[in-house]
Amino acid sequence: MRKRPDKTLGESLRDHGLSRRGFLKLCATTASLMALPPSLAPAIAAALEQARRPSVIWLSFQECTGCTESLTRSHAPTLEDLIFDFISLDYHHTLQAASGEAAEAARFQAMEENKGQYLVIVDGSIPGPDANPGFSTVAGHSNYDILMETVEHAAAVIAVGTCAAFGGLPQARPNPTGAMSVMDLVRDKPVINVPGCPPIPMVITGVVAHYLVFGRLPELDAYHRPLAFYGQSIHDRCYRRPFYDKGLFAERFDDEGARQGWCLYRLGCKGPTTYNACATMKWNDGTSWPIEAGHPCLGCSEPKFWDAGGFYEPVSVPLTLGPTTLLGAGAAGGVIGGGLAAMARKQVKQDAATRQPVTVDELEQKL
Amino acid sequence: MSGSMEFLLWTKGPLFNIALAIFAIGLMARLVEIFMLGRAPNYAEPRAHEWPAGLRTMLTRTVADPGTFQRAPFNVVVGWVWHLGFLTALLFFVPHVELIQGVLGFAWPALPNPVVDFATAITLLALIATLVHRLTHPVKRHISTIEDYLVWAVVFMVVLTGYLAYHRLVEPYPLALGMHILCAEILLIILPFTKLTHIFTTFIARWYNGAAFGRKGVQS
Amino acid sequence: MSELTLERGLAAFRAEIDAPTAAFFSSCVHCGLCAQSCPFYLETGDPKYTPILKLEPLRRVWENEFTLWGRIKGLLGLQKKVTDAMLAEWEELLYDSCSMCGRCSMVCPVGNDLAYMIRKTREGMVQSGHAPEGLVSASVRAITTGSPMGLQWKTLAVQIQHVESSSGLTVPVDQEGAEYLVLLSSMEVINFPEYLEAITRIFDHAGVTWTLSTQCFEATNAGIQIGNKDIAAQLVERVVAAAETLRVPKVISPECGHAYTAIRWEGPNLIGRPYSFRVFHIVEVLDELRAAGRIRTEGKEGDRLSMHDPCNLARKSGVIQQQRNLMALVAENFVDLKEHGKYQWCCGAGGGVSSNERAEALKMTAFKRKKAQIEEVAPERMVTMCATCRTQLEEGLETFNMEIPVVGLTEMIAEHLVERD
Repeated sequence: MRKRPDKTLGESLRDHGLSRRGFLKLCATTASLMALPPSLAPAIAAALEQARRPSVIWLSFQECTGCTESLTRSHAPTLEDLIFDFISLDYHHTLQAASGEAAEAARFQAMEENKGQYLVIVDGSIPGPDANPGFSTVAGHSNYDILMETVEHAAAVIAVGTCAAFGGLPQARPNPTGAMSVMDLVRDKPVINVPGCPPIPMVITGVVAHYLVFGRLPELDAYHRPLAFYGQSIHDRCYRRPFYDKGLFAERFDDEGARQGWCLYRLGCKGPTTYNACATMKWNDGTSWPIEAGHPCLGCSEPKFWDAGGFYEPVSVPLTLGPTTLLGAGAAGGVIGGGLAAMARKQVKQDAATRQPVTVDELEQKL
Repeated sequence: MSGSMEFLLWTKGPLFNIALAIFAIGLMARLVEIFMLGRAPNYAEPRAHEWPAGLRTMLTRTVADPGTFQRAPFNVVVGWVWHLGFLTALLFFVPHVELIQGVLGFAWPALPNPVVDFATAITLLALIATLVHRLTHPVKRHISTIEDYLVWAVVFMVVLTGYLAYHRLVEPYPLALGMHILCAEILLIILPFTKLTHIFTTFIARWYNGAAFGRKGVQS
Repeated sequence: MSELTLERGLAAFRAEIDAPTAAFFSSCVHCGLCAQSCPFYLETGDPKYTPILKLEPLRRVWENEFTLWGRIKGLLGLQKKVTDAMLAEWEELLYDSCSMCGRCSMVCPVGNDLAYMIRKTREGMVQSGHAPEGLVSASVRAITTGSPMGLQWKTLAVQIQHVESSSGLTVPVDQEGAEYLVLLSSMEVINFPEYLEAITRIFDHAGVTWTLSTQCFEATNAGIQIGNKDIAAQLVERVVAAAETLRVPKVISPECGHAYTAIRWEGPNLIGRPYSFRVFHIVEVLDELRAAGRIRTEGKEGDRLSMHDPCNLARKSGVIQQQRNLMALVAENFVDLKEHGKYQWCCGAGGGVSSNERAEALKMTAFKRKKAQIEEVAPERMVTMCATCRTQLEEGLETFNMEIPVVGLTEMIAEHLVERD
């Protein structure tokens, strides 16, 4: 059983051998991640120095552990250590040492001891209240019950990954488990969405850092995504954007355009409609990112991205319509038009049959 | 939960299907209405064949005769400019080409974006000019109906929202794109029931005109 | 006793709506270019004379009863109906201010054949009792006397005598088996008797066998102008009967525009069967004779001549080159008006306008377009080949104090025939 965290972050970091210089560098990185001016770095340093490590309960529901995998690849120097040290991670299926009843007891204890102050991080979607609770359970309890019970006294909820934020893959049509997002279910607590499949590790840590530094939630967009990371579209920050503007496109994965690194719009890139930080922060220690690797953006940080058209269909292509539907509608129109025309013709024929020729007598009446 | 992405997906999904269905039904209905009326048999000895003359007029009417051009240069030039600009954007913008490919299963090469962008900007200006002309020219003002202004507004909105979306002047982008698609869908829906039908029936009308005159030995 | 009513008018409108009409109305975008081709709009500047607007009664019937949208509007009570008052208002637009010259049909960018629809709309106007008095009386006279001007054969017989005595030739009458049956227009007989003498000379010169018919000499068709099939068909039947009685293979329409379109293009459809003979305008026949070398001329007119193409002949019937070939034969200083042939401008008197006394002032206003065209090339004389056009040109030029005589092409040819040895 873990002790309640009592060291400040500064103390904790120094214990782990982080120099003052290294710490300030970290603060500067955090500031830039959150799109804050560098002048704020000292303030961040001071805040982090004094911050108490908050208790964090990480709930995993209908998920693939990809988000956790991503988190473990957080690349800023020693950030991997940091995430375990500037928070007190009291419950996490994959990372915790405890198991079985001991694990659940840790969760209850953290909730009890940090009532109203602990953070809940969720990854994975939740079978909704109307769904069969047996679709996903932990220790015999439904995901829904666990979530509602855990968030009751939480300070805030961070939904990590698209499944938690928007329902993600489990919610994709036909959504067999009745999957819902955290935001769908948690209405009375602040919810921050950190979508992505998975989210960029630095974004996860950055959001937590922001909370620690400022003691409040970051500025969010309409989808509760932190604007610092989701304020700009992939397309707007894409290094291949000049090719789009010039109209130079790869049309196949093996054509000259693809080799030249031209825009991937026609190969289905969802960059134009996707808001995320991949283009600026990249992945794997800033090594690369999907578009740089030659693959169109899938739009994984957007709601309904699994149902938003094929991954290789351009943004402008409608979702379901094909030539057959069009032909069907055309045929229906033909029948309707034919019916109407037949009615009109019948009327015309009737008029023709009963037509009275104009006579001189009739004309003379008009004189 | 309903946000800009859901709006975009709604316009790209169900609404697109509905709009295209109404368009297809309406247009087919209208075309069948026209063709089923038929023409009375013509017993007069023709001077020339109808078909070649009709087919020629389908194309030649696109260009005004010199006299008409001199009398109404504004009408002719601005009409040309915006039609060409609109068609350029509609048929040769990469996303539109992909859309056509997606719906019809075939398409054609696209034009570079800057070209389409330029065409779109010109189209917007020309459309404004047509509105001013409609409001000020005595004939056009006199014969204009609510429908004329409605159709103008819809066409203008389609081009404007497209321009705004392309330049990403409205945030978030899914909203901008959704608005553009929505406007285009409104255009599709009203097309078979307004003068927009001329997009298709013009060629029928021109054929009949060319055929009637051609039969009498005049290339109209 | 039966009478002309709105219901009959509406039925007539319906009966006239065919595929082209529906395609035309579907296509109009209200661009207003038709106004730019209409002498009545251009010379008055009044936008109510915009050609497409003249078709509003027919358009409403089409929209209300022949379109899906119109029917939906009907269910919602939003249809604009055609009323008697509306037709009364439109009478001026459809008759006084339209000569059915077809120029708008030629320039409409979406290809609407407006003149075709004016003709159709007039059917409903007649059936609903909204045709102008002048045209009604012309129609009544045409049916009862055989001539819209009430002209009798005996008047023509006097002319024939004059022609025979002045030319020393015989004017053949009721000659069975002649090649051509020659028709005349009352207007010609009264105003331009020189025409009959001219063809008598030319045909004698070319060795053509021809004849007049006592059964029917009148080529004009008031039914076409007023816009009524019944009257028009009766008048056409008279021509057909005369041609069949005399067993002629060819019928010649005189120097008259609408008479030619009436017999040549509308006639077979009015009577519902093809003819047993062919129909030509006199200019076509003369040009054929010229091409065959059967007309030999001497001398040429030296003054500056220009030509007015009658709408019915040029734009509406494709007779454009023939008159120019003939002019080349007899004139050395011929200059075409700037817009001619299929793009010529109407004199303002066609389509029944000249028979509609009420339209007198408007007709003269519309003539200003022709006047401007003539002024542009400043000819010393004008040549034409339609009696109505010729009368209008003469009256118009006189009204505007322009001393430009107008001559008929046929007479001019006759004057240059090589004298027989």
